[in-house]
Amino acid sequence: MAFEIPVEKWTAAVSALTIGAAEADGGTRTSTVTVGGETTLPFLGFEGDTPNRPAIAMEVLDVPPPNYPEPLSAAFGDAVNDPAVWAKRCVEEFGADMVCLRLAGAHPDQENKSAEDCAQAVKSVLGAVGVPLIIWGCGQPDKDNEIMPRCSEVAAGENCLLGTATEDNYKTITAACMADGHKLITEAPIDINIQKQANILVSEMGLDLSRIVMFQATGGLGYGMEYAYSIMERTRLAALGGDRMLAMPMLSVVGPEAWKAKEARSPEEAAPEWGAAEERGVSWETTTATCFLNGGTDILVMWHPRAVALLRKTIDSLMGEEA
Amino acid sequence: MGLTGLDIFKQLPKTNCGDCGVPTCLAFAMKLAQKQASLDQCPHVSEEATAALSGAAAPPIKLITVGADERKLEVGNETVLFRHEETFYHPTGIAVAVDAALPEAELSARIKAIGDVSFERVGQTLTLNAVALKGEGEAFVKAAALAAQQSAVPLILVNEDPAVMGEALKACAGKRPLIYAATAENVDAMAALSKEHNCPLAVRGSDLSSLADLSEKAQAAGAADLVLDSGAREPAAVLANETAIRRAALRKRFRPLGFPTIVFTDGADPLEETQQAATYIAKYAGIVVINNMEPWELLTLVTVRQNIYTDPQKPIQIEEGLYEIGSPDESSPVLVTTNFSLTYFTVEGDVEASRVPAWVVVVDTEGTSVLTAWAAEKFTAEIIAEKVKAFDVASKVNHRKLVIPGHVAVLSGKLEDELSQEWKIVVGPRESSGIPTFLRTSWEA
Ligand code: SF4
Repeated sequence: MAFEIPVEKWTAAVSALTIGAAEADGGTRTSTVTVGGETTLPFLGFEGDTPNRPAIAMEVLDVPPPNYPEPLSAAFGDAVNDPAVWAKRCVEEFGADMVCLRLAGAHPDQENKSAEDCAQAVKSVLGAVGVPLIIWGCGQPDKDNEIMPRCSEVAAGENCLLGTATEDNYKTITAACMADGHKLITEAPIDINIQKQANILVSEMGLDLSRIVMFQATGGLGYGMEYAYSIMERTRLAALGGDRMLAMPMLSVVGPEAWKAKEARSPEEAAPEWGAAEERGVSWETTTATCFLNGGTDILVMWHPRAVALLRKTIDSLMGEEA
Repeated sequence: MGLTGLDIFKQLPKTNCGDCGVPTCLAFAMKLAQKQASLDQCPHVSEEATAALSGAAAPPIKLITVGADERKLEVGNETVLFRHEETFYHPTGIAVAVDAALPEAELSARIKAIGDVSFERVGQTLTLNAVALKGEGEAFVKAAALAAQQSAVPLILVNEDPAVMGEALKACAGKRPLIYAATAENVDAMAALSKEHNCPLAVRGSDLSSLADLSEKAQAAGAADLVLDSGAREPAAVLANETAIRRAALRKRFRPLGFPTIVFTDGADPLEETQQAATYIAKYAGIVVINNMEPWELLTLVTVRQNIYTDPQKPIQIEEGLYEIGSPDESSPVLVTTNFSLTYFTVEGDVEASRVPAWVVVVDTEGTSVLTAWAAEKFTAEIIAEKVKAFDVASKVNHRKLVIPGHVAVLSGKLEDELSQEWKIVVGPRESSGIPTFLRTSWEA
């Protein structure tokens, strides 16, 4: 019996976008990253194309992380004291496609760093690595409006990805993004309508839809992973079905969410029945990422170097590129 | 999913004789469509109509039972491609491969270990579901007998020699193991064994066309309960085949592939294997067979399964009550939150991260988050006050401060009134992630 695989006739594609600008394009990046462009559900080669591999960004903070679990401290050592050194290790040793610099130190509850301090951190990371940069604020809306324009400005022309614009706070970052030639992350709290609304708002300011990456506040494995997963599936279905306002590539913040879980961060003494702490954390982080790959994410922000290596292999295997 | 009244009506005699207890055939058809009547109440319905109607009414993916006792595994009977469309119903069975050639003591220990695995998460007990016994000849039959006798965990018998399988099935009488597998070489003999021993049968093709062929052959030979293996082992191919099978069954009602699937990981490395299995759990595997038993691997996979198979319409809830995080004492803070599992466990994680032990008053909001519960009036000042009294929080602490989520700051005044001004309401952070900073810097008993 000749069995014919039931193929869906999608009418549209996910938009593709490039992050990072090489010298010819007015930047100083030695590599760029292109994501998106899918014409089918994740990795279904029989139906359509996945022209670009999902990209792996490694997260670097501008301040030493306050309570990193042991496997992470062990992996990065002293590098966490200097974002430039840290970023260099992520790229040169661990093969990150991108660096995600999160300006956690700017938060008023943390070190309340100034816009100038933040801009310095951006410059030092740009100088240390050649990969494209994601610049992520501290999450406090007023403070982000203070620091992000300056950070955007010192990275002008580098075609970075700036985050995040929310439904309630998008004007300042969108204006900076447009002025300095960057891409923008819009954020929503696991709500497809709010995501759409944020996209509409920033596009009404004149930002082209092809410059947007979408981010739904992610839950790690065991802590709401399924909500993010289903939102991703719904978003991808909407994109393929022709909803232009949801057709942008998606980003997931995996490392910080996965390592929040006690299943990931508990030391072995605290949970001997769960086995080796490092493998457990790496498993928790990578598996969260793998679920999101199957949901349709395009950019994954990761923490542990072993999780990055394992995720890269997983992407190979889902793309059908196994060695 | 089911047939409409009109579809059914077309198959009825249309004589309106009333023998079914309903005045007209159309009315009877409507009742059938609503499942308020059964077809045999019409004594005049033709045989062809019976066949057509019961065939069409059968679920597009058959429910298959492996094992016989209280630990039996049920897979299949899924109705959607995406969990948000409805829900996934029968969680992927997780099986662990066991080599029948192991020395008896080791074999016995491994089978026992598989049965003993158990994790408590969000009020649910998560376990493994089957032993996939692989081996040849006499050793295989002996191992099957040992497993059947020793363990209540369902068995998957992995051996392609019908003569050996026949012996193994005799040794597992009454246990209803899954026979793995019928292939192009042995399908008639394996199907006969499936029929004779009333055991489900896995069929393995080399691609989807050969799988569909084998499925039909096995059914023609009397095997009614099938499990499908497309033969693929690389993740990209497995994902494609699993998707194609689910779509063919649901969208095309393609009967030969209307059964649950079984997938084998091919990674020796437990971390890589975990990624493969996670993909297969998310994407439609009825049963996934893994090779390793690292505790963290099992914890990861049962959690993926729990997440993916949570009904999106029915969020997991925890029991209401007064919870202790760390070892709180009479000067520890008291926080209030809802019983949506995700809300509570996020709060729990953030309190743990703060290293400040705390009491948490968990209010039953029918599994909704703080803002949703507040909007639906399930998290009001009256309700919170009632719970604070009911859980006798005052007997646990010597201060009288109650921390409420920042999102419901508006409740403060009313709540103090409801608590007869005996408690002072402290407005906590809006997001749970603010709890560590809040407890370390702002909290004073
Ligand atoms: S008994 Fe059958 S034929 Fe008679 S009215 Fe009912 S459905 Fe129609």
